[in-house]
Amino acid sequence: MILTRRTLLLGVTATLAGCDRLGRHESVREALFSAENFHRWAQRSLMARDALAQEFRPDQISPIFRANGTANPNTPAYKALWRGGFADWRLPVTGLVTRPLSLSLAQLQAMHHRTQITRHDCVEGWSAIGKWRGVPLKPILEAAGLRDSARYLVFRCADDMGGGRPYYESIDLFDAFHPQTILAYALNDRPLTVANGAPLRLRVERQLGYKQAKYLMGIEAVATFDGIGKGKGGFWEDHAGYDWYAGI
Amino acid sequence: MDSQTPKANGTVRRHRLSTRLWHWLNAALLYVLFTSGLGIFNAHPRLYWGQYGANLDAAWLELDRFPGWLTLPALYSLAMSRHWHLAAAPIFAFALLFYMLWSLANRHIVRDLAFRRDDLAPRHIWQDIKDHARLRFPTGDAALRYNVLQKASYIGVIFILLPLIIMTGLTMAPGMNAAWPWLVDLFGGRQSARSLHFIAAFALVAFFLIHILMVLLAGPVNEVRSMITGRYRVPEERP
Repeated sequence: MILTRRTLLLGVTATLAGCDRLGRHESVREALFSAENFHRWAQRSLMARDALAQEFRPDQISPIFRANGTANPNTPAYKALWRGGFADWRLPVTGLVTRPLSLSLAQLQAMHHRTQITRHDCVEGWSAIGKWRGVPLKPILEAAGLRDSARYLVFRCADDMGGGRPYYESIDLFDAFHPQTILAYALNDRPLTVANGAPLRLRVERQLGYKQAKYLMGIEAVATFDGIGKGKGGFWEDHAGYDWYAGI
Repeated sequence: MDSQTPKANGTVRRHRLSTRLWHWLNAALLYVLFTSGLGIFNAHPRLYWGQYGANLDAAWLELDRFPGWLTLPALYSLAMSRHWHLAAAPIFAFALLFYMLWSLANRHIVRDLAFRRDDLAPRHIWQDIKDHARLRFPTGDAALRYNVLQKASYIGVIFILLPLIIMTGLTMAPGMNAAWPWLVDLFGGRQSARSLHFIAAFALVAFFLIHILMVLLAGPVNEVRSMITGRYRVPEERP
């Protein structure tokens, strides 16, 4: 049996092409996508509800925190807010709540805050450690009063990803009430820069980078994702097929 | 396996059902995991040591993207590579766990894989290295036992390399880092763990290439049959 490089290459390519074709089959896709449910179930069975993501010492902070995704929303509305130092920016908390809120940056900064030095893990594989300061989401949700039917929180963002499709993300209540889930307004002791999501971004530390929605423009409590984007719970979930549960 | 009397057709039972099932399951899973893993690596083809690492930090390895004929899917899609990888990985991990337990229960580890005292005599090891270098494969009863280099490579793969690649893989998940922070600490940080995951993957490729070479040289039909049906034709003793 003579195995030439050429036949080996052909074999590899043919097998991979076979897997590729399988991966386009609807039932195979569903099976592959369902692994997310196993991972979410397994991880949450293994961790305490309030298990903390690792926190680091100040000397472990990345020299430069890589900004990723949109570097500047650059929409007329965002530019107007930025020019005004975000004094006119408001964060509405709406949806399935008993007391809808509308919070200014000054109001948020006056609230009890949490500081955490955590590692940001991008789905691509890189990591950056930064020091975040922000308001825990829990007291805000308690102030708004979630209705029993609320299951997810949807975070609306200012950046348009093209074709009038704004970035958005969502988390469930397991992570929404976690002590490290904060709305951050400062990175490394400085107000958030535009590249890092000014004026406010979500930090949900037990999940990957694409959950850390920047340029927050509103929080909505919902029962399902129906009618929001393409219904998968996030921009990249809708358009690239990323897992909604980003703890993997 | 212990010496057996060959059947009329000159074959003996060589590999247990557990070993054969696990072998072929692994062949398929490692193939999917390696090719989808390269697809994931292509999203950020740089490796670092330590807790953090991104484009502006110093990488110890920086590669071009792996070509499409090596990645799953061929057309770059981080999402699909991840779906393949994350679907195959738990099956692979639990299969190893069950195989370890099964092999402990049926004494495969103790009887076939564990070194015996005389295996480790320097003279014996040296003889085995010389035999390998001359491609002088064992015959007769000796062909039914693993030699010391074989044992060392199987032990290294089953008890070091595979657990290492599974555990470093687990530390890629931020949820697992919250559940088991000690695991990522064990490897010196997430980026170190990612580097070790990559190194372990290529160590497995090296094992695979040598493994295939050995099968081809030792008689591919007999070897492959023994891994499918379990029956192995004992090579005749040299005069």
